Amino acid sequence: MSVKKKIVETAAHVMQDRDRDRLINQHRYIGQPIDRLDGRIKVTGAARFSAEYPIEGLMFAALAYSTISKGVIESIDTEEAERAPGVIKVITHLNARAMKVPKPLSTEGKPSAGVTDAKILNTDQITWNGQPIAVVVADTEERAEYAATLIKVKYAAKPGMNSFEAAIPSATKPKEVLGEDPEVRKGDPDAVFISATHRVDLKFTTPPHNHNAIEPHATIAIWDGDDKVTLYDTSQFTAGAANSIADIFGLKEENVRVISPFVGGGFGGKGGIWPYNQLTVLAARMTGRPVRIALTRAGVFRIVGGRTPSQQRVAIAADDSGKISAFIHEGVTAQSTNNNFPEQFSFPPRHLYAIPAYRIGQVVCDVNRIANTFMRAPGESIGTFAVESAMDAMAYELHMDPIEFRMRNEPEKDPVSGNEFSSRHMREAYRMGAEKFGWRSGPQAIRSQRNGDWLIGQGVATGTYPMYRMTSAARVRISADGTALVQSSAQEMGMGTETAQTQHAAERLGLPMEKVRFEYGDSSLPWAGVAGGSSQTVSIALAVQQASEKLLAELLALAQKEPTSVLKGAKVNEVIMANEGISRKGQPSIGESYAVILKRAGKDHVASEQKTGAAIETMKYSMHSFAAQFCEVRVHELTGEIRINRWLGSFDTGRILNPKTAVSQFRGGIIMGIGMAMTEETMFDDRTGRIMNATLAEYHLPVQADVPHIDVMYTDIPDPQTPMGAHGIGEIGITGVAAAISNAVFHATGKRITALPITLDKVL
Amino acid sequence: MNARISLHVNGIDRILSIEPRVSLLDALRDHLGLTGTKKGCAQGACGSCTVLVDGERINSCLALAVQYVGREIVTIEGLAESGALHPLQQAFIEHDGFQCGYCTPGQICSAVGMLSEFRSGAPSAVTENGASPNELTHDELRERMSGNLCRCGAYVGIREAIQQVYEARKP
Repeated sequence: MSVKKKIVETAAHVMQDRDRDRLINQHRYIGQPIDRLDGRIKVTGAARFSAEYPIEGLMFAALAYSTISKGVIESIDTEEAERAPGVIKVITHLNARAMKVPKPLSTEGKPSAGVTDAKILNTDQITWNGQPIAVVVADTEERAEYAATLIKVKYAAKPGMNSFEAAIPSATKPKEVLGEDPEVRKGDPDAVFISATHRVDLKFTTPPHNHNAIEPHATIAIWDGDDKVTLYDTSQFTAGAANSIADIFGLKEENVRVISPFVGGGFGGKGGIWPYNQLTVLAARMTGRPVRIALTRAGVFRIVGGRTPSQQRVAIAADDSGKISAFIHEGVTAQSTNNNFPEQFSFPPRHLYAIPAYRIGQVVCDVNRIANTFMRAPGESIGTFAVESAMDAMAYELHMDPIEFRMRNEPEKDPVSGNEFSSRHMREAYRMGAEKFGWRSGPQAIRSQRNGDWLIGQGVATGTYPMYRMTSAARVRISADGTALVQSSAQEMGMGTETAQTQHAAERLGLPMEKVRFEYGDSSLPWAGVAGGSSQTVSIALAVQQASEKLLAELLALAQKEPTSVLKGAKVNEVIMANEGISRKGQPSIGESYAVILKRAGKDHVASEQKTGAAIETMKYSMHSFAAQFCEVRVHELTGEIRINRWLGSFDTGRILNPKTAVSQFRGGIIMGIGMAMTEETMFDDRTGRIMNATLAEYHLPVQADVPHIDVMYTDIPDPQTPMGAHGIGEIGITGVAAAISNAVFHATGKRITALPITLDKVL
Repeated sequence: MNARISLHVNGIDRILSIEPRVSLLDALRDHLGLTGTKKGCAQGACGSCTVLVDGERINSCLALAVQYVGREIVTIEGLAESGALHPLQQAFIEHDGFQCGYCTPGQICSAVGMLSEFRSGAPSAVTENGASPNELTHDELRERMSGNLCRCGAYVGIREAIQQVYEARKP
């Protein structure tokens, strides 16, 4: 950990908590199962995604991709492509304008969205198989795609580090992992382990995954002169994308605008700037025409990174009473030669159990592949698979109920940082879940249930994800007609951003939802952080809260200019926003409406824009969400076919803002976890570094037939440290899922599957 | 070389000049401005391009536009009648049968086609003995909608929405 971070953390502990948000106890809109405000335009096909803007004179670009993972382009022949019908430009490293490499993704200070430091097209060096080597611009997409196939390339190939397994011996300890120490240790866990009564020592492997949002990535770029550009872009981070495009092309930040109101699924894959973003802007610049790049599905696999593969070891020691005495979690992930992202799989055990001696750490190796990136619950998804499978194995070793074993190791404080938990109700989540699921408590017996040729088993696992908050800004404007406009550059990619933010703002401002409008998805609005880390809802809510507090003071002062105002003499801490205006606390009938106050003052509106500070609270407290995942599987004894019979997720994620959309997010996470557990794997050819299954026909996402009914429940207990008492919930759902399935398969068959995906060959 | 053709889409004849290799999907999206139909994979694997042709659901990415002259094409934009949502559209909202909304038009068109297939007695892979199915069971519904991927994972809401509409319209 950096010295600077240590100092800030020390300071955080002496800082006072923010006042508890009064909205924690309000229920007019918060906590209501409100239909999505954008529902109608989504079910009628009217919601416009980035490739779908009708632009006069739009040109279409297609990419050609390298077919080697490492080497040099010796020659590239574009003559035939240039002569093909409809082609107006072919761009290669020989004629591409110079572009800078964007700064790494960050939400602090000036936002940026770089996810790779690879030079795009400005080089003859190849560093991954699938690297873009040419852009073909034509008057139709079909013509551009066809012409791109006519480009002939000669490479001087070099041996690439194509294989993760081959790269592992060269792995090194990263400087830090997402700002944390790459390794934490206490005591001598190895010595404790060797002499322990009960030991579990397991190795796990997880394969690479791809996000595979159903909307392929797309950008439309339109230049206005030579110093101003507008992008319609599939972005989870409009502010970061705009600033990075400005950096890449040397433009003023205010001259780049990224518009992205609807994103057709992101899951982390649309958080950064990937090559197509800048190549669209480049092609538009070099042709003087508006240009669109809508990646093919294979194109998405080639130039947008996915989840790293991992190898992990979990070793647990425990005594007869079921108390853990030592915990070791270590392993390795891959990153590319063009980025620095050791995925944080070692985070979960840093917060989950009371562990007196531990060594928890990770190393990383470099491969010649597309840069890996965040994918739903990076770290926690694959980390909980290993940790929670090993915990299950230890419960069997102890002849103890797996839930009881976990409960015996519930920590009082964060086991590594020593911080208090801001809100942790794991026991309650398990209690509720076990009751509803019908969990049969006590030691579990393998191969104990059968229905014909099907072996039945139940499994349980803990899920966990941090409560992150990112620096974000929002503007709130209250008008004399009694309406409010809330603006932030935030993204909607299925979380229900508009709905949740409108619910929050209406509750905050004391207005009916119909009188509040939330504007988003545009980098020209106040900058929100990335829609990542399950942080967006709460991050923007805090900025809205702070802006509202400014407006309350301003409106009160305006009201009090009138000598007869019922608010005369009231201090700002004696009034609240309610009843479409300002009221005295505890006396809701004594107040004045925004309309009255503003009209009387001769004002059209008042407005405030606020930017939140860094999340000090997460340094002072251990802030996390938790889940208890329950499932039942059946495994066919003869064929090895595995089906999931039923699922229950019991969540402890602070207060739920909208039960309808929240349940969808939880289920969505669980379903992506089912894919991770059962079918998903990005297959790299270790000889060439090429992805072999770059299609939705061969990369198997879960389909209807794979998904059972999924029950969801939640503690709904507010976190006193967060706006509205809420946590983000976009990622917690996937965590613990693969372990719950693997544990259920063990219960059914007696086979402990430690390598994902759990395919039928592994249980036979 | 372009072909000048007429497509009958959502009750209207639309004239367009396109190359014979243009898919029905791209013709709808890029030439007719009907972007409600989505492109997810362009190889018939995801179902987001599902439209109705003469009442049957097809993957428009696997269809060449020039083959569909004279056919009755209905896209998501043609499902609502004079501003009133189709019951499935309404049910998708009520049951939160989507998140990002990208696969949604394909899901809804697919569900319309699926329900009419089911009512006509067409068996599915899970129908006993290939006979005509009587009840739209959980397994029948899951099997028949498995050609439409939803990466946000709204499958449960999608099933609830379809089931509700099916039950309400039972003879």
